[in-house]
Amino acid sequence: MPRLNVVTREGAETQVEGTTGHSVMEIIRDNGFDELLALCGGCCSCATCHVHVDPDYIGKLPKMSADEDDLLDSSEHRSEYSRLSCQIPFGPELDGLRVRIAPED
Amino acid sequence: MAQEIDRRFDAVIVGAGQAGAACAIALRQNGFAGSLLLIGDEPELPYERPPLSKEYLAGDKSFDRLLIRPEAFWAEREVDFLLGTRVIAVDASAHSVNTDGGATIGYGQLVWATGGAPRKLICDGHHLSGVHGVRSRADVDRMIEELSDTERVVVIGGGYIGLEAAAVLSKLGKQIVLLEAADRVLSRVAGEELSRFFEGEHRAHGVNIRLNAVVSCIEGEDRVSGVRLADGEVLPADMVIVGIGILPAVEPLLAAGAQGGNGVAVDAQCSTSLPDIYAIGDCALHANAFADGQMIRLESVQNANDQAGVAAKAITGSGDEYAAVPWFWSNQYDLKLQTVGLSTGYDATVLRGDPATRSFSVIYLREGRVIALDCVNRIKDYVQGRKLVVEGARIDPALLADADTPLKELPLLG
Repeated sequence: MPRLNVVTREGAETQVEGTTGHSVMEIIRDNGFDELLALCGGCCSCATCHVHVDPDYIGKLPKMSADEDDLLDSSEHRSEYSRLSCQIPFGPELDGLRVRIAPED
Repeated sequence: MAQEIDRRFDAVIVGAGQAGAACAIALRQNGFAGSLLLIGDEPELPYERPPLSKEYLAGDKSFDRLLIRPEAFWAEREVDFLLGTRVIAVDASAHSVNTDGGATIGYGQLVWATGGAPRKLICDGHHLSGVHGVRSRADVDRMIEELSDTERVVVIGGGYIGLEAAAVLSKLGKQIVLLEAADRVLSRVAGEELSRFFEGEHRAHGVNIRLNAVVSCIEGEDRVSGVRLADGEVLPADMVIVGIGILPAVEPLLAAGAQGGNGVAVDAQCSTSLPDIYAIGDCALHANAFADGQMIRLESVQNANDQAGVAAKAITGSGDEYAAVPWFWSNQYDLKLQTVGLSTGYDATVLRGDPATRSFSVIYLREGRVIALDCVNRIKDYVQGRKLVVEGARIDPALLADADTPLKELPLLG
């Protein structure tokens, strides 16, 4: 299975395996990280699954929708590497992807 | 009468839905090291309810993807579960609860997070098979099982649950009649502009919306065959979906002496009037700053999650007061509705954008201040409107109505 590297808010990095077709949000949530709220369950209605993507990978991700872009504007921790993890479908092409859970707003 | 205690936990959370699960997570995050038990009346581990009337009913998402956390997470955080179990009595002085399984469980701190049960019809025929509420996975699984034999569905109730179910089932090709007792859908939660827009959308998708409809009874032998209205008309139906709100599940706590009525009354720390007992989520009657300080219950993921955090902090001694901005979403067809603030008590509305474009917002004002926004396919307004709600901003309504100028650029009135 493709691997995802998750960095917590405290900076601890863990490598987990991710199911192809699930979102990065689901993989983070299902691997025991409790910092990611993902309150809307992944329907792009909130911004509680915000992550910062490693610069080496940001270009490999699917393009951001206008909805996601607008929702990310609600965060004070937005950077050029910000994404909502529910909007990133995971798969082999993203093997090794590294994301850091964004600070809480 | 003191009962022998079978097991004792430092904290017991009654209710394993969004609020209960979030409270357990927050307790551990806040360093709560004691034993922790979640008691839930459903057989499943905590799961998200909002998809039940959306992606889960549509068959777009499997149940395992609705779990709030996987089983291994709970084991690792040392959270125990007692599932398929209902708490039927609370003894506040003995610090124990009784379950329908006959067990007496002691607690140090108790968090009541039971939510509510779907309000049921009381008319004849309400018990017939084929009549469904929409609250639990079991409710929706029963509906899904019957769908292949279902052509005609009558949905009773034009709130979010009924409208979402109607949207999914009409997309699945069912013939839908939606009955609403009031003169518009969403009358309890939104202004007329939004109601009329959603009525139009549903009608355009073939849903027959009947307003001012009074149900007389459900007809059928063992299984539902139709819905009879007060004027005698019978609407044939293979399935009836009832979405007429919930009743907070608080009887055991009220019987134990907690203050409340329509819910359990809590203070800003989510404490009830009984010692060491907290209440959170749909069942918690609280003074909400965004409802002009009135005592209300909020049925939303936001409220469940934020009150869970407040109760967890109260228990771990870090202290916090509930003051979170209410927000809510509903997805119907390709429409994303997002709400921030509470429109209750509005005295004026401003329409921002043209509903005919399917992208607009309704801004609710009270005494000139922005108190809430309902945003349809307009996330930018939802995001920028939050600040206006938090600040109770006063802005010229003519400017609010100008959909081409971002809300964050509008000047405040003195």
